[in-house]
Amino acid sequence: MTEIAAVPLADGQRRLRLWREFVANRIALGGLVTFLALVALAVLAPVVTPQDPYDLAQLSLLDNLLPPMSRGFDGALYVLGTDDQGRDMYSAMVHGLRISITIGVSSAGIALVIGALVGLAAAYFRGWVDALLMRLVDLILAFPTILIALMMMAAFGRGIDKLLLAMVIAQWAGFARVTRSAAIVELNKEYIRAARSLGYRRLRIVFVHLLPNCLPPLMVLGTIQLADAIALEATLSFLGLGVPVTEPSLGLLIANGFAFILTDRYWITIFPGILLLITVMSVNIAGDHLRNLLNPRMRK
Amino acid sequence: MLTYVASRILQGIALMLVISLLVFLAVYMIGNPVEVLIDPEATQADRDRAIRALGLDRPVWQQYLRFLGDLLRGDVGSSWVYNRPALTVMLERMPATVELALGAIFLSIVVGVPLGLLAGLYPHTRLAKGVMTASIVGFSLPTFWVGIMFIVVFSVELGWLPVTGRGDTIDLFGVPVSLLTADGLSHAILPVTALALARVALVMRLVRAGTQEVLEQDYIKLARAKGLSEGRILRVHVLKNLLIPLVTILGLDFAGLMAFAIVTESVFAWPGMGKLIIDSIYNLDRPMIVAYLVVIVGIFVVVNLAVDLLYGLLDPRVSVKGSRQ
Repeated sequence: MTEIAAVPLADGQRRLRLWREFVANRIALGGLVTFLALVALAVLAPVVTPQDPYDLAQLSLLDNLLPPMSRGFDGALYVLGTDDQGRDMYSAMVHGLRISITIGVSSAGIALVIGALVGLAAAYFRGWVDALLMRLVDLILAFPTILIALMMMAAFGRGIDKLLLAMVIAQWAGFARVTRSAAIVELNKEYIRAARSLGYRRLRIVFVHLLPNCLPPLMVLGTIQLADAIALEATLSFLGLGVPVTEPSLGLLIANGFAFILTDRYWITIFPGILLLITVMSVNIAGDHLRNLLNPRMRK
Repeated sequence: MLTYVASRILQGIALMLVISLLVFLAVYMIGNPVEVLIDPEATQADRDRAIRALGLDRPVWQQYLRFLGDLLRGDVGSSWVYNRPALTVMLERMPATVELALGAIFLSIVVGVPLGLLAGLYPHTRLAKGVMTASIVGFSLPTFWVGIMFIVVFSVELGWLPVTGRGDTIDLFGVPVSLLTADGLSHAILPVTALALARVALVMRLVRAGTQEVLEQDYIKLARAKGLSEGRILRVHVLKNLLIPLVTILGLDFAGLMAFAIVTESVFAWPGMGKLIIDSIYNLDRPMIVAYLVVIVGIFVVVNLAVDLLYGLLDPRVSVKGSRQ
């Protein structure tokens, strides 16, 4: 994580200006639009796919391992080919994307909320609360997220709920540290003192005055962590320590296809891989530009 | 200096103690070891005897102290799969993983530093923009997928390089090394490159940002005003100042690479620690998992300490006496 210093988004006007600047960069806008399109595809998965990949009645083993653009036994066109169970790769990928995005967004989202709360608490109370929480954060940040998540999955076993828990445990600490350092700076500013002298309740000061001003660095970290979360889930699932086989995400689809690459059946593993790459990259491109906009040192 | 080193070592020991407690709780308390270790057909008397022999009848804190004592003697129990001391098995696999990590760091310096430097010196050229775009792709490519693509392209389609394993090794000071034999090297190229890709991207960005920052400093302007050659400014003033963030990041990354090699080793069936830990997780080989954690946490603590000390040596402004907050 590089420094995420940021200009505060004080009011609607600034936010609008920021939005205009963001949109002005066509590449960044392209990243955002691509990601939103992928989200739409994932949400509409059952509508936009010809086959329910988990409904065994719709699969035909006669159609297994068909290359892309070939027609099945009953004349159905398989644009991206089929896997070893006769499953339409396009349908499997869109449903896999749905699982990948759901897990990525939820784990990054939950980690953000927990991390922000912990960071705010540490910055507001300081003293032993701060010391204790930050030692815990240091402990987690000392190790790569993949290692922590992997060890958690080794202890918990497979499953989407366990996967979410493991990923949140691995990811919340980064948010906590960023929120804490932003909040400490903000707490010394005059508007907080003014709010205190007006006799506002603590909760109101923290959530209405402090939190919104800590958001810019959190937004930047949030996009980076979202991309990381999607890649992390794919990696864990590829290693067989992620989603269960009944709910294959993109990572598990790639793992399933891995067995066939030596026999030249590249489509089973390459197509889900390309979709995963596009997903992660669209988030990273948008996040990269957001960081440039919000970091005053990068502004020219 | 000495007090600083001592306090850092104490911090490292404290960290390892905390982690040993977490590992103990995770491995020995979750799930009843009796169910795993003792034959379900055994009589109650046999069970009781086994529980006493394993020390499982004692209070938890005594069990932890015993676990800790064994740990200090390097005994984490025997692997249930290999039937040999787990730590020995793990350490035997370590050279293969160290080799991958060192190779990846070497590649990221050799490729990342020159490209990042050029992009920083000439920020408005096509090359600079290309470097930045390539680095985003490098960050976004999941390591395991890069590995698969490498296998598809270079092994299956082109048939240039072998797919799996480590190839021939040669002993260097009693440690098997595969980078020094032609066959070993051909096996290592793909996994090392796959592991290095994200690091190359990181180094490029770091060097580019660092170069741009250094170039705006007054001492560069002074050096230029003195009429020093651009080459000398680059070598003495720019590169030297870039060393600090580079050493920090790459040093800390060494331990991270060792951990991350889990993914690369799984794809390429590279017989290192990462492959072993994944196999052990599948086999529920608990002593092996503990052995892995002992080794990897130890590496993290030692590397962190080394980087902190090196940091003080490279940058005279950093006083190693005080705390570095």
